[in-house]
Amino acid sequence: MTVLRLAYESLRSRMFTTGLTIFSIALSVLLLVGVDRIRQGTQVGFEGTLSQTDLVVGARGGSLPLLLYAVFHIGTANNDISYASYHHFANHPAVLWTIPLSMGDSHRGFRVVATDDNFYEHYRYRGNHNLQFAQGSRAEGIFDAVLGSAVANQLHYHLGQQIVLSHGLQASFLKHTADPYTVVGILARTATPVDRGIYITLWGDEAMHLGWENGAPPLTAIPESQIHKSDLHVKTISAFLLRTRSRMSTLFLQREINTYQPEPLTAIIPAFTLEDLWSVLGAADVALSLVSGAVLVVGLLVMLTALYTSLNERRREIAVLRTLGLHARQIFALFILESSLISAVGAAFGLAAAYLVLFAIRIPVENRYGIPLAMVGFSARVAYYMAAVVVAGALLGFIPAIRAYRNALVDGLNAG
Amino acid sequence: MITAPEAVYLKNVVFGYDLRTPVLRVDELVVATGKRVFLYGPSGSGKTTLLGLITGVLTPQQGSCTVLGKDITKMSAPARDRHRGSEMGYIFQSFNLIPYLTVRQNVALPCHVHKRRRLNMVAHTVDKEVERLVARLGLEVYLDRNVKKLSTGQQQRVAIARAVIGKPSLVIADEPTSSLDADRRADFLELLFEVCDEAQATLVFVSHDRSLMERFEEHIALRDISRGCA
Ligand SMILES: Nc1ncnc2c1ncn2[C@@H]1O[C@H](COP(=O)(O)OP(=O)(O)O)[C@@H](O)[C@H]1O
Ligand SMILES: [Mg+2]
Repeated sequence: MTVLRLAYESLRSRMFTTGLTIFSIALSVLLLVGVDRIRQGTQVGFEGTLSQTDLVVGARGGSLPLLLYAVFHIGTANNDISYASYHHFANHPAVLWTIPLSMGDSHRGFRVVATDDNFYEHYRYRGNHNLQFAQGSRAEGIFDAVLGSAVANQLHYHLGQQIVLSHGLQASFLKHTADPYTVVGILARTATPVDRGIYITLWGDEAMHLGWENGAPPLTAIPESQIHKSDLHVKTISAFLLRTRSRMSTLFLQREINTYQPEPLTAIIPAFTLEDLWSVLGAADVALSLVSGAVLVVGLLVMLTALYTSLNERRREIAVLRTLGLHARQIFALFILESSLISAVGAAFGLAAAYLVLFAIRIPVENRYGIPLAMVGFSARVAYYMAAVVVAGALLGFIPAIRAYRNALVDGLNAG
Repeated sequence: MITAPEAVYLKNVVFGYDLRTPVLRVDELVVATGKRVFLYGPSGSGKTTLLGLITGVLTPQQGSCTVLGKDITKMSAPARDRHRGSEMGYIFQSFNLIPYLTVRQNVALPCHVHKRRRLNMVAHTVDKEVERLVARLGLEVYLDRNVKKLSTGQQQRVAIARAVIGKPSLVIADEPTSSLDADRRADFLELLFEVCDEAQATLVFVSHDRSLMERFEEHIALRDISRGCA
């Protein structure tokens, strides 16, 4: 008890070096834990974005790009699929539901997704959460639009607002000036990329491009009042989500879609594709962890240097403690305690900082980059890092402690 | 506690910091209980080394050291440390104090480390006892100050308080006045005597400065007891 008190007071008196050492250890723990938490946070975030969907289907192409643009609004679809193919699989006996998705337009940097009621009905995230409306209701009319919560928040839009959509994903690129859409609903926050979408009907998507020739808008816009659902025929969509009646049929259905004769299609199982993504990112994760590990080594060496250089000026202190009846072993313990305290406090600060940073960047990262970053708790890996830092600190403390122990025995009362 | 007739009794002691070159050879050293003893000898003659043997910080290669009734050469290292801490107070020439503690914390240390010192206190709590002693030495305003802010003379008085708190049976002072101005030495010695008397402690006072000698009732020249090896 006395020794612990001594260790504490001794460290406190060397506030500056102690502070620097704690800071450098905290920094390395922040990096180590931060990298790990962000990795797990994005994993949980990505995995939570889509649930209960067995297959994601798009035009023939890479599975990762398909998943990224269809679900996470990252990248673009290289090809559309015909509505006929969609219709075929939507009515397939093994299929429980489908959600059609048609993308390619945007509004001030946010993607416009044309879909139908199935989206509001069947889309699930983080297990069994379904979409809720914060205000208003589903888009039903041709020129109705529903906003994700981040869109409404950032653009300060409200129900009844007229918005103009642009063709393509770059803002202000070929605006569909003539046909404004009306906001009829705003979704509740989901903390997934859904928040960053603007949802219109499939007819709305067709209407937007009515009269277009070869990718160019008509010279004079067709007035809204003259467009009716019966005139519009949905010919293509970008992708669709699909749920099978029984999980067992997923693999068969996947094969059937992938070998569908009338049109080349790709069906992916989202969880498997995400696994591929993580293994790609795993290398970056390892690299970052190695860098953080190196920073940790530096932090611990800073501590060792600080403790070791203080040894000489502390010889007299040790001799005094010996006359007070402290055993040489207690002198040893004093130095081990000092290094352990430094590394434990450094690790604790680093851990707290990591979670604070994660908490602080979560919303901005989600809003700015559309990367869902879940707030994740403690993990075995974090516990392991913490233990490793404290144990490494204590072990490094052995070096000055052994020196101090020897000094205590050799110096006798003639130290200093 | 059993009061042995002699507080310190060394017999045929040989000690060297390394085994081949002995620094001290003491055939016999006796310090009677309750006496104030002045131990003198030139610098480097082995006075501090002798104190190391008496306190049990050092162990002799040969011979026996009986201190306060116990042969410390037969004790385990931890038992020796406990014996020293609970029964002896020690004052160095300078830098006696733990630099990162306050006056109060420094003086209280022996009581926190050893139950025996706590039991021997006059006041009921460690804090009260520290305050009593520090006031006795005229340092009450400095109680919660960091010891580095004190002058050398004040630091030495704090060292006295720490040496005598909890009434140790033996107080050892290794040239405690060497770092003081000549006119302060007498006052220091006076205080030391007073508090040692109050604690009923035997005092072994080491110095190479024989001007203080006549204040002591017993004198030992290291030259006389040690067949000088250094
Ligand atoms: N820790 C030590 N290690 C090795 N030699 C020492 C040590 N302390 C003292 N000595 C040597 O022992 C001799 C006696 O020293 P010391 O007991 O300090 O004398 P004094 O206190 O009378 O000045 C000296 O020659 C000194 O160099
Ligand atoms: Mg000396």
